[in-house]
Amino acid sequence: MERETKAFQRVYTKLFQLTKATVSLRATGIGNEELAIVDGRPAQVVKIIDDIVTLQVFQGTEGIATNAEVIFTGKAPTLKVGEDLTGRFFDAFGTPLEGGKDIMGDEVEIGAPSVNPVRRMQPSEFIATGIAGIDLNNSLVTGQKIPFFADPDQPFNQVMSMVALRAKADKIILAGMGLTNDDYLFFKNLFDNAGALDRIVGFINTTEDPPVERLLVPDMALSAAEYFAVEKNEKVLVLLTDMTLYSDALSIVSNRMDQIPSKDSMPGSLYSDLARLYEKAVQFPDGGSITIVAVTTLSGGDITHAIPDNTGYITEGQLFLRKDTDVGKVIVDPFRSLSRLKQLVIGKKTREDHPQVMNAAVRLYADADNAKTKLENGFDLTEYDERTLEFAKAYSEKLLAIDVNIEVDEMLETAYRLFSEYFSPEEVGLRQEYVDKYWKKN
Amino acid sequence: MKTTGKITGIIANLVIVETAGNVAQNEICYIKHGDQQLMSEVIKIMGTKAYIQVFESTRGLKVGTEVEFMGHMLEVTLGPGILSKNFDGLQNDLNKMKGIFLRRGEYTHPLEVDKEYNFKPTAKKDDKVQAGDWLGEVTENWIPHKIMVPFKFKGQFTIKSIVGKGKHKIEDTISVLVDDDGKEHKVNMIQKWPVKIPIKAYKNKPRPFKILETGIRVFDTLNPMAEGGTGFIPGPFGSGKTVLQHNLSKNAEADLVIIAACGERANEVVEIFTEFPELDDPRSGRKLMERTTIIANTSNMPVAAREASVYTAMTIAEYYRAMGLKVLLLADSTSRWAQALREMSNRMEELPGPDGYPMDLPAIISNFYSRAGYVFLNNGKSGSITFIGTVSPAGGNLKEPVTESTKKAARCFYALSQQRADSKRYPAIDSLESYSKYLEYPEIVEYLNENIDSKWTDNVLYAKDTLLRGKEAYEQINILGDDGVPIDYHLRHWKAELVDFVILQQDAFDKTDASTSYERQKYMLEKITETCKMDFEFDNFEEVGNYFKKVINQFKQMNYSEFDSDKFKKNEKELDKLIMEKKVE
Repeated sequence: MERETKAFQRVYTKLFQLTKATVSLRATGIGNEELAIVDGRPAQVVKIIDDIVTLQVFQGTEGIATNAEVIFTGKAPTLKVGEDLTGRFFDAFGTPLEGGKDIMGDEVEIGAPSVNPVRRMQPSEFIATGIAGIDLNNSLVTGQKIPFFADPDQPFNQVMSMVALRAKADKIILAGMGLTNDDYLFFKNLFDNAGALDRIVGFINTTEDPPVERLLVPDMALSAAEYFAVEKNEKVLVLLTDMTLYSDALSIVSNRMDQIPSKDSMPGSLYSDLARLYEKAVQFPDGGSITIVAVTTLSGGDITHAIPDNTGYITEGQLFLRKDTDVGKVIVDPFRSLSRLKQLVIGKKTREDHPQVMNAAVRLYADADNAKTKLENGFDLTEYDERTLEFAKAYSEKLLAIDVNIEVDEMLETAYRLFSEYFSPEEVGLRQEYVDKYWKKN
Repeated sequence: MKTTGKITGIIANLVIVETAGNVAQNEICYIKHGDQQLMSEVIKIMGTKAYIQVFESTRGLKVGTEVEFMGHMLEVTLGPGILSKNFDGLQNDLNKMKGIFLRRGEYTHPLEVDKEYNFKPTAKKDDKVQAGDWLGEVTENWIPHKIMVPFKFKGQFTIKSIVGKGKHKIEDTISVLVDDDGKEHKVNMIQKWPVKIPIKAYKNKPRPFKILETGIRVFDTLNPMAEGGTGFIPGPFGSGKTVLQHNLSKNAEADLVIIAACGERANEVVEIFTEFPELDDPRSGRKLMERTTIIANTSNMPVAAREASVYTAMTIAEYYRAMGLKVLLLADSTSRWAQALREMSNRMEELPGPDGYPMDLPAIISNFYSRAGYVFLNNGKSGSITFIGTVSPAGGNLKEPVTESTKKAARCFYALSQQRADSKRYPAIDSLESYSKYLEYPEIVEYLNENIDSKWTDNVLYAKDTLLRGKEAYEQINILGDDGVPIDYHLRHWKAELVDFVILQQDAFDKTDASTSYERQKYMLEKITETCKMDFEFDNFEEVGNYFKKVINQFKQMNYSEFDSDKFKKNEKELDKLIMEKKVE
């Protein structure tokens, strides 16, 4: 963090209270949420009572002495935005990670006000990712916010980066919170190798950095996203990974501030804190948009935990990854995944029969699931049951698996091929005109 | 002279002010931050210190900044022009705000000051009037909007003068009233009212005795909502709460609908903004938006204003009720409101109740629900507010404090089931778990039997029994296997499926099926009960399922065709033929 001391800035050197994460001192004329430098470390005003100002030191207070130097910057955390953000990676304070020249551009406060709801447009543009588990069953739309709910051992960062690279976004902004250094390098190399660096911006907090710094990362990323979406009318895709680690940092802070925890030791304001970020996803009237794809890691698939639970109420659906042991591949679970905005595009921006094909395939897959239960309970299978099981395997392999990369029309054609291989049109139950038009005659 | 004060402390959106004079609990004040005025509300007073919650971000506020107290509580402006508006939680007209982003400290007039309305007096000189009495009316969209004696007026008044028929702006004086002491009071078309105080300008509030037709069968047929009643819909995310609420607002037989989008997704509000102005109102033939007002406080808007938003919505509903109108008030979701209360209580360092919520949460919730109701006005006319709130239980757990407190306050409970949602059985309301306490009101039962059919309540009970028996049979089938139970079990299960598919499930996106009149519900319920009471003969269990799938399909074709149309009758004929195939006498 760069230190510049200007003439009008007052320097304080008397701290009278230090805790693990905060320092308090007497100072006047200080604004709420103002940024300060305590002994060279960035800090932010979190509480003012009379002339006592309490600062949260992001890196922790280890080694700070009562006579440490405190400089107030007179402003809330800001980010310099401009075209030359592109292709670079920054830390939680917006400082370039690998040196290089400073960003030329306007300085904007992060965590800016929200969009007036009447000025938003209804999201209506389909985002193709090539992954049928997403495009066919849970289509994404610009301006949507959707997380992957995944266990830590699942390849969520890989899938997310695949989505990012294939989606036709003008900018991809990566907000890495508590990324391992390995994962950070993974993203960096992947974007580099894909030749996509010219449309990437990264804000990275790795596990080596102090956890509380994470709290600034999504705000930085979303401020940059707003710049590109509003000023340049670009389609921006923001990747937030991992929001569980972000929430953990929230609980650390609230704990240190002596706040009463609510469910799962999370702060009572968790819903508002998360919503403030996710609601930055928006379709602007002038064509710009911010789409958020996030990752929320679960513990043992438990979605009733406060973090996934609150997230589910905020986001427009969720995507579940699951290892299908029958085919040995990771698939997008068609039952538990949901995209709430898919209705706005399927059958409208994609082929007319998309909704029916999607529903029919999922229903048959559910029949296979029932057959499996029957089998496990030792009941006899009917001939139909046998066919559904065969279908399920093929469906999982050819469509649900995350390594599938085809256009939507081809996904629909594949679905018809599978339907006709295992079922009669009556069993599939599509509208007759679609059967006449698209059914594969053997 | 207004009381002023200076900021002495800032903790998130809680600000402490040293006051120089008298302040009142819940008084509104403005923080003068540069050229911005930030609206706030007093929530605690300790000596000369007032604790205020700021309805905006407190970033950059400094100790020593001046605060001006306004001498009144949070008020809404009531008058013609409320309908079709999109307000924020503090009744700012969102459409009047400039720019794409909401700017801190920007407040707009909720109504149109320059618009002229055709005023028609309904009272005359020398009439004795009191608060809430009608002086005249204007037309708002197509709804008659009464101009009333302001609710704040206490006692008897005599009309000294009232303007004749003609065009007037809302701030023009339309009448002069004289009180008992001979003092004159000018009245225009607007008035202000503090949102946290119920408007009680009515004669009495009887128990609800009528049904509010919603067109949704899981409500109307199985667990009906009373006009002036209260209900709540708890449900985990993804169980279809929002679609259900939208559907209610489209089809319920109300004169107007007030929607409080409280701390929910902005894109959902955008959906209402985009769709409602296009949607035809099935009851008036006009656009749905003309009888709708939206109070939007999306989840990223300031938390303190979220608490205000539900009260703003309720007060507007009470205002229209006093005009003798049937108002439907929907709040999505009251859990977000409770969370806003929790955040504030936490900052004030109050001792927490269960899950960190304030101790008086149950009281606050039941107080709010009690503001709904059917009323007889002083002039003998009636009006009503039917209130349905959604609850978003944390982790889908119905034992959490907001759900529990609401359960005590609301008379109807509509349980959304994840299982039904997962199997795409929409609306995903579990009819056996849900209840309507109004079915226990003798006046409601009498109303149903008189207005629908004398056999109605018996048929409803029979349908519920069929569902329950089917559920039990299905559990047995699952334990013992398809072959392990008598065929009769399969028959019971499939009869329940018949009720489920034909009555409970309803296609919200189908033009015909989306809304069903009571006449049609009566006809279909009768038909279903008849079918369920019949005996059928089958050789094996697979035959039962295959046959009933066909019966269900035929019934659904009826649901999809217009009532009493040729297509409907044709489908019914085919159904009868199908039933005769397997029926045994």
